[in-house]
Amino acid sequence: MNETLTYILTIVGELFSLLTLAALLIWVERRMLALWQDRLGPNRAGPFGLFIVVADTLKLFFKEDWIPPFSEKAVFVIAPAILVITVLLSFTIIPFAPGILITDFNIGILFFLAMSSLGVYSIVLGGWASNNKYSLLGALRGASQMISYEVFMGLSLMGVVMLSGSFSLRDIVEAQRNHWFILLQPVGFVIFFIAGIAETHRLPFDIPEAESELVAGFHSEYSSMKFGMFFIGEYLGITLISAMVTTLFLGGWLGPEFLPPICWFALKTFAFILFFILLRASLPRPRYDQLMGYGWKVLLPVTLLNLLVTGAVVLLLKN
Amino acid sequence: MNLLFSISSVIAIVSTLMVITRKHPVHALLYLIVSFLAIAVVIYQLGAPFIAILELIIYAGAIMVLFIFTMMLLNLGKETIDQERKWLQPQTWTGPVLLSLILLVELIYLLSKSSSQEHAITGMDTKIVAQTLFGPYLILVELAALLLTAGIVGAAHIGQHKRRVSHRFLEEYNE
Repeated sequence: MNETLTYILTIVGELFSLLTLAALLIWVERRMLALWQDRLGPNRAGPFGLFIVVADTLKLFFKEDWIPPFSEKAVFVIAPAILVITVLLSFTIIPFAPGILITDFNIGILFFLAMSSLGVYSIVLGGWASNNKYSLLGALRGASQMISYEVFMGLSLMGVVMLSGSFSLRDIVEAQRNHWFILLQPVGFVIFFIAGIAETHRLPFDIPEAESELVAGFHSEYSSMKFGMFFIGEYLGITLISAMVTTLFLGGWLGPEFLPPICWFALKTFAFILFFILLRASLPRPRYDQLMGYGWKVLLPVTLLNLLVTGAVVLLLKN
Repeated sequence: MNLLFSISSVIAIVSTLMVITRKHPVHALLYLIVSFLAIAVVIYQLGAPFIAILELIIYAGAIMVLFIFTMMLLNLGKETIDQERKWLQPQTWTGPVLLSLILLVELIYLLSKSSSQEHAITGMDTKIVAQTLFGPYLILVELAALLLTAGIVGAAHIGQHKRRVSHRFLEEYNE
């Protein structure tokens, strides 16, 4: 009974804090972008402009929820939900702190990969159901980009799996007590992070929604809270990738004693979220074929090489 | 456990039936994805988590995306739905359905006879799967890899085409 209650509390707490964080990130992103681009950013509503979050949410809720008459209605409605559902499901396997973990899945990493590959449907179906040329182009780009980068994402993680000997994220964190995996797997870390940016289709890899050429890409036709779902889903995706990088390569909740484990986890994750925003502030968007060529011609060979070397070293050390 | 198994298998059967009867190709594919998800749950409960998750990653997550990708490129309109309606007449499907129903009854009969001895479900770890794949079945894995390589080479050969230069600024870039 007590255990069930703990689980329910964990789930509710995690859901609440994640959704709050995703909403807060709207403000964080706009303020940090402004700082890095030498502007002021939203600073009027409330202290430091913090109430922009409330204003933005209210605005999204009260806008007209327009479903275009030429769209595929059922698919159009379901598409944004798929994104949020898959991202939130991925969070169930992440160990936030020793006790704060929803499920210790013995195939945790594979579950994360499965969920991120199912997340593609939200873009593909959203773009297709809108029945709009810009949306369709965005969806096509999104599908090919996400399918390609999933390959490197999965392969770059296998080095970590070899070193820790487990797919379970809790075991992976425990295996990093002596040294974080970023020291042993620097190449895997960089490739995972690049693939993560492409999976969340964030700048500089936001070509599915490239606003300078495709209006808003796959979500051109979406309005009100349906657009809000894509919006929240994107911020949740950033948080998820940051949390995964922290767990897999930066020792998760491990850290010096003077702070509780959850604080270490939050600090590391937040640093990566800020890095995501810094990338957006500083890098230009590559062309579509450049992105695909870069993935298949550079990242894939490097990942395979990394896998080969890691396997050889692990074998040598065992003997 | 048993209840979850029955729910997911019923979902798998219903969604597969919907795949066959839908006239819109994308709707049919969506039901096929649901069917894969349900089958993954069934496999997970049979004690094979690795295969279940592969079902999700490869079938639901990659192959079906490519199917939908192709559907989007083809831009099938109202004509295909009409054509599908014309093809899906009762006289075309009643015969096969009746014959398969007989087979289904036979299958159920056989299953109900053999259910006296309960099959024990043993959970299969990913490690065990890997050790079997890269131990006794190594040659099969290698053969499958060769086959896939041949497929990739073929696709690359069909896909290659000579670049046409449409602007003098691009000439240098192409060479």
